[in-house]
Amino acid sequence: AVLPVKFTKAKRDKLAQLLWVLNWVSVVTGIILFSLGVFLKVEINKRQDLMAERQLQSVPNMLIAVGLIACGINFLGGKICYDCVDTSKFLRWKLVMLPYIICTFFFTLSILVGGLMCYSLHGQLEESLTLGLHDAMRYYKDTDTPGRCFLKRTVDLMQIQFQCCGNEGHRDWFQIQWISNRYLDMSRPKGVDRLRSNVEGKYLMDGVPFSCCNVNSPRPCIQYQITNDSAHFNYDYQTEELNLWIRGCRQALLDYYTDILHSVGLTVLIIWLFELSVLMGVRYLQTALENVWRRGDPECESEGWLLETSFVATARTNFNIIKNLGKFNQINTASNGDPNIDRPSTAHYGPDKVPPKSIPIAS
Amino acid sequence: MAVLKVTFTKTNRDKLAQVLWVLNCVSVVTGVTLFSLGLFLKVEIEKRRELMSKEIDSVPNMLISVGLIACAVNFLGGKICYDCVDTTKFLRWKLLMLPYIICTFFFTFCILVGALMCYSMRNDLEESLFQGLRDAMRYYKDTDMPGRCYIKRTMDMLQMQFQCCGNGGYRDWFHIQWISNRYLDMTNSEVVDRLQSNVEGKYLIDGVPFSCCNIHSSRPCIQHQITNNSANYNYDYQTEELNLNRKGCRHALLDHYTDIMQSIGLIVLTIWLFEVSVLTGVRYLQTAMENVLRFGDPDSESDGWILENSIADTARYNFNIIKNLGKCYQVDDDPNIDVPSTSQQPHENVPAS
Repeated sequence: AVLPVKFTKAKRDKLAQLLWVLNWVSVVTGIILFSLGVFLKVEINKRQDLMAERQLQSVPNMLIAVGLIACGINFLGGKICYDCVDTSKFLRWKLVMLPYIICTFFFTLSILVGGLMCYSLHGQLEESLTLGLHDAMRYYKDTDTPGRCFLKRTVDLMQIQFQCCGNEGHRDWFQIQWISNRYLDMSRPKGVDRLRSNVEGKYLMDGVPFSCCNVNSPRPCIQYQITNDSAHFNYDYQTEELNLWIRGCRQALLDYYTDILHSVGLTVLIIWLFELSVLMGVRYLQTALENVWRRGDPECESEGWLLETSFVATARTNFNIIKNLGKFNQINTASNGDPNIDRPSTAHYGPDKVPPKSIPIAS
Repeated sequence: MAVLKVTFTKTNRDKLAQVLWVLNCVSVVTGVTLFSLGLFLKVEIEKRRELMSKEIDSVPNMLISVGLIACAVNFLGGKICYDCVDTTKFLRWKLLMLPYIICTFFFTFCILVGALMCYSMRNDLEESLFQGLRDAMRYYKDTDMPGRCYIKRTMDMLQMQFQCCGNGGYRDWFHIQWISNRYLDMTNSEVVDRLQSNVEGKYLIDGVPFSCCNIHSSRPCIQHQITNNSANYNYDYQTEELNLNRKGCRHALLDHYTDIMQSIGLIVLTIWLFEVSVLTGVRYLQTAMENVLRFGDPDSESDGWILENSIADTARYNFNIIKNLGKCYQVDDDPNIDVPSTSQQPHENVPAS
């Protein structure tokens, strides 16, 4: 057996009571998992406008589902362990326990998968943010187009809240037209020149929206003609660091979400370890109680283990069972032992044509 | 005649003592709540201390001290009520109970005062904010002076967070110089003209800092030459509403603090009602137990009341006690003073006893 442990009657009862309490604590951790999933979902949805379509919802949905299943499984586990103190009540659950343990094993595996998925979301998130921010900046000026009219506000709020500017930096704003044509005076020669000066006919300038302004700057914000030193008194574009936010918004948002995902992932892994220990305790309890039943005496000592034979042997046995499950559906041509198939005997018996009686085997 | 008399059997008294013990423990929790409400208010006010001209610390300090006293008073009350179930243990507390009840009465009165103060803080706050914001806007440009270098940042963050502009509105920025002279080109004739155009030599413009910009505006923010329609295309100063934040920061901060104060005031009033009911219960228990001791039989029924006589009689009686406390220090009826008798006793020369 793998890791056998001897249990006296008193020890078994104590184990059952302890597992009952631990299962109730696990219901609480299941609720925690559920709320972590909901929190993550809400955080991602809050900035949906700034993210391109990617499979980001898979992680929070997984956590929500796992949390709900955890509550259900651990509630049932608590009920079972509560009944295990009384050997007569254990009879009710005898047949359910092994399937329950197998289900809990696979469920605990999915908690682990959920925890690891939190860490793997980084790459998808970066791609999603790059594309999403690029589009949001392009549509910044379209405050009169339905579906895009709130993008300006979303981008401004984001730049103010996360203290960032543009996708990778403030220069990104120089390459897109963020002032709508409705507010440009086409009759003035300067405006027309700018529009004609690039291939796509866009009004590009070295200016940024007001939300890029750094609050820590000692001077009033310079948001237009940023690269032109002579346009402002006592101003040097190359050395000026405090005027606008230096950080790009993609990096800022990525850092923010990475922090959240790392914390959530750590919490899920800790919950996984806890669930694993509860599962091991339930397995020990189940094998100990079954051995008690095999001996017949409720008060005697019994052994509990994780696996009856070694890993390899158990794996081989289970594999054979699964193979035979497959074979059940084939029709057995030789009716070896199946009493239900009515087949005429084709054997050549002796002169009286009576099939020989089967010889009883001494038991 | 007693005020609000109630008759208690032995079991009633025991049950009352147990209920009061539990209620006193709950009151310790409410005392902690009061303390944390006071602490929260103090922190909120400290956060924006720079924008207030004078310290508004009376209300939070009152709440903090009342909360701490509540914990102690109710802890003692819980102990007393726990012992009251047993008549022998009650003897320990017999002399202490009346002073305890009087102290708790005054303390409960303090809670009520604290709650009412929450609602009256508004006027003080408004005046303090008016002067504080006016000074903050004046020192906005002084980012090179120690002690004032963070006012610009505080003001900008305030205007962005509360979506407000200026003291009463954005026009306040037109009357002060918010661009420092270090960033003004004194050789430029336009700048010199502006400086000379007003008495105090200040550089006044019809522009506002970037933090006044309204994020809900559908066009890029216009923060300079606001009143000049021709300076900006397709722009009408009179009808443009979404360009800048319209609310004044004084009004915005006042609303914020008034909301907090009203919630806190409501919670404190609820706690006050709870404390008054606990006090009433303890008073009934005290009078019932004292009557039991007066009868001598621990299992008998006894009466409990709020006041033994009517309110007028009790007030008159206490007033006389206080008057006599004052008279104690006069020489009149003190038996310890040895005064020779001056009465005329011709026959025996024995002083009248």
